[in-house]
Amino acid sequence: MKIHEFQAKEILHQFGVPIPRGHVVDEKVNSIEGIVNELGLPVVVKAQIHAGGRGKGGGVKVTTSIEEAEKAFQSIMGMTLVTHQTDEKGQVVRTVLVEEGMDISRELYIGIVLDREKSKACIMVSEEGGMEIEEVAEETPEKIMKEWVDPVIGIMPAQARALAFFLNLPSECIREAVSFIMKLYRTFEANDCSLAEINPLVITTENKVIALDCKMNFDDNAMFRHKDVVEYRDLHEEEELEIEASRYDLNYIKLDGNIGCMVNGAGLAMATMDIIKLSGGEPANFLDVGGGASEEQIENAFRIILADDNVKGIFINIFGGILRCDRLATGVVNAARKQKVMVPVVIRMEGTNVEDGNRILEESGFDFTIASGMRDGAEKVVAALS
Amino acid sequence: MSVLVSNDTKLIVQGITGKEGSFHALSCRDYGTNVVGGVTPGKEGQNVEGIPVFNTVKNAVDATDADATMIFVPPPFAADAIFEAAEAGIKLVVCITEGIPVLDMIKIKRYLKDKCTRLIGPNCPGVITPGQAKIGIMPGHIHKPGNVGVVSRSGTLTYETVGQLGVLGIGQSTVIGIGGDPVNGTSFIDAIKLFNDDDQTEVICMIGEIGGSAEEDAAKFIEDNINKPVVGFIAGQTAPAGRRMGHAGAIISGGKGTADEKMKAMAESGIIVVQSPADLGSAIKGVV
Repeated sequence: MKIHEFQAKEILHQFGVPIPRGHVVDEKVNSIEGIVNELGLPVVVKAQIHAGGRGKGGGVKVTTSIEEAEKAFQSIMGMTLVTHQTDEKGQVVRTVLVEEGMDISRELYIGIVLDREKSKACIMVSEEGGMEIEEVAEETPEKIMKEWVDPVIGIMPAQARALAFFLNLPSECIREAVSFIMKLYRTFEANDCSLAEINPLVITTENKVIALDCKMNFDDNAMFRHKDVVEYRDLHEEEELEIEASRYDLNYIKLDGNIGCMVNGAGLAMATMDIIKLSGGEPANFLDVGGGASEEQIENAFRIILADDNVKGIFINIFGGILRCDRLATGVVNAARKQKVMVPVVIRMEGTNVEDGNRILEESGFDFTIASGMRDGAEKVVAALS
Repeated sequence: MSVLVSNDTKLIVQGITGKEGSFHALSCRDYGTNVVGGVTPGKEGQNVEGIPVFNTVKNAVDATDADATMIFVPPPFAADAIFEAAEAGIKLVVCITEGIPVLDMIKIKRYLKDKCTRLIGPNCPGVITPGQAKIGIMPGHIHKPGNVGVVSRSGTLTYETVGQLGVLGIGQSTVIGIGGDPVNGTSFIDAIKLFNDDDQTEVICMIGEIGGSAEEDAAKFIEDNINKPVVGFIAGQTAPAGRRMGHAGAIISGGKGTADEKMKAMAESGIIVVQSPADLGSAIKGVV
């Protein structure tokens, strides 16, 4: 799960990580004059969308007068912001963060991620603040220092000190930087983050260490114990069909092709997309209906796949195993009837009673095409569309 | 021989009185697994179709001498269940549960370092030695004894592969589902080592997917250490970056973990890599 910068900063603040003073405003607000007066000039007006690259897209403006701030606010609120991380349609700005400007002496980077291979959280710092860390890692890996946190004892001050010294901070900043790093790690751990990134981390001319920006992602599996974080979910940032699918415990990801896929199991679902592509087609989605593939799940899956206007055909690939194919076929027929499926449907099933299942499909009155394997199914659905 | 699971395995099931737990405990028993007990706190003295239920894993081990467990405990309590099994001296823990927080898993994995317990999973279909025993939720009847060792991050894609092998008349020594989570107990390398040391296994099949670098690490290991033929496939060649494809671990992040990178690393290490999942069976047949 992803959240906005201002939400991430609220969490940082709860854990004592220093952030700039600021206020969040929504579309109902007409003017930010009062806020600017309170914060004092200069102020920074920042569009709140999940995607990165907001500055380059015109969504972040530093202003030195009330008029300028007001103008920046009017232009950013409601704008459609296109960045390298959004799609070409962009994202409408519905929330704006207004913050005090800082006298910055240095811009640095700190990020915490989970290192899968080491099975530990990894803290990374670099003096190259403002740049994407992947880029720094690619071009100048020696400019990044990493510390891995033992999950049992947690972060130790020695690690935070080593990171702070690597950043060549002035000695009067070290204590504050160590405290910042320790608190940031505690924020990461206490909230089950999968990413907590401060880019840039700034040192002000008064030697204060402050999180100027913040990106925080969370482990979806841990959200049962973070109801407060779940409250931060912004449905505007998600694909409508994916929200709908998540209501029915369906794993659905919309893609750009025209062949809808309905598969049980994530690995087989990915492999099904792959084989459609290899057969000359383009998958319209990833969809895992789960191991059970119940009639209700199939019905919901049909509805969601067909709500995508690009879909011109559907490939159902179910490796049942324990699942009985006659029951599965009955489910498909009933669901297709209820959802008035009009596009060509190719079905490949494997499992107990597969002959009975295929007979039910053939006698259903629908023009289902029955396939005898993955490749056969993919080829048949691609052929049906051409 | 086979690895991990055999006729001698004595299995308990944690979460045996739940719907999934009881169903799969019985299906394992029907397959031939020696299911000696189950654990559900507060239900000691009851039984599930003749399988005795205990309050704790320790009680179950004391009474039955169990050496393996299959876990169906819900995600918030699953790490605790793995810990309890290891503390009770269980040698093999197969965790089926999907949705365990990753920070729980890194703690448990660290804890298991000092134990002689092997964890398979979580978020996996389990392990089967065809004709002998299974610990997991896979359909037993599609498997048959043979010489191919299969290790995979995916459930149904493994069944698909086993299905293709079945049509070609090729059996398996053992099939290990290591699970779709970013942090798991047994890696590709661990499983491949077991297969390499197993006389019955003549060919190894590894089925990976996007996300992480476990496949690249395994490829390097195979190049340096393994002489048995290895056939591989990576799911997610068409997956978009930055999206989690069903499995918690199946995500391309920061441009890393793509199918292309993995397939390239595997091919360079001498692994026979198939582009199409439909070709897994025939590629294996080519080297059996």
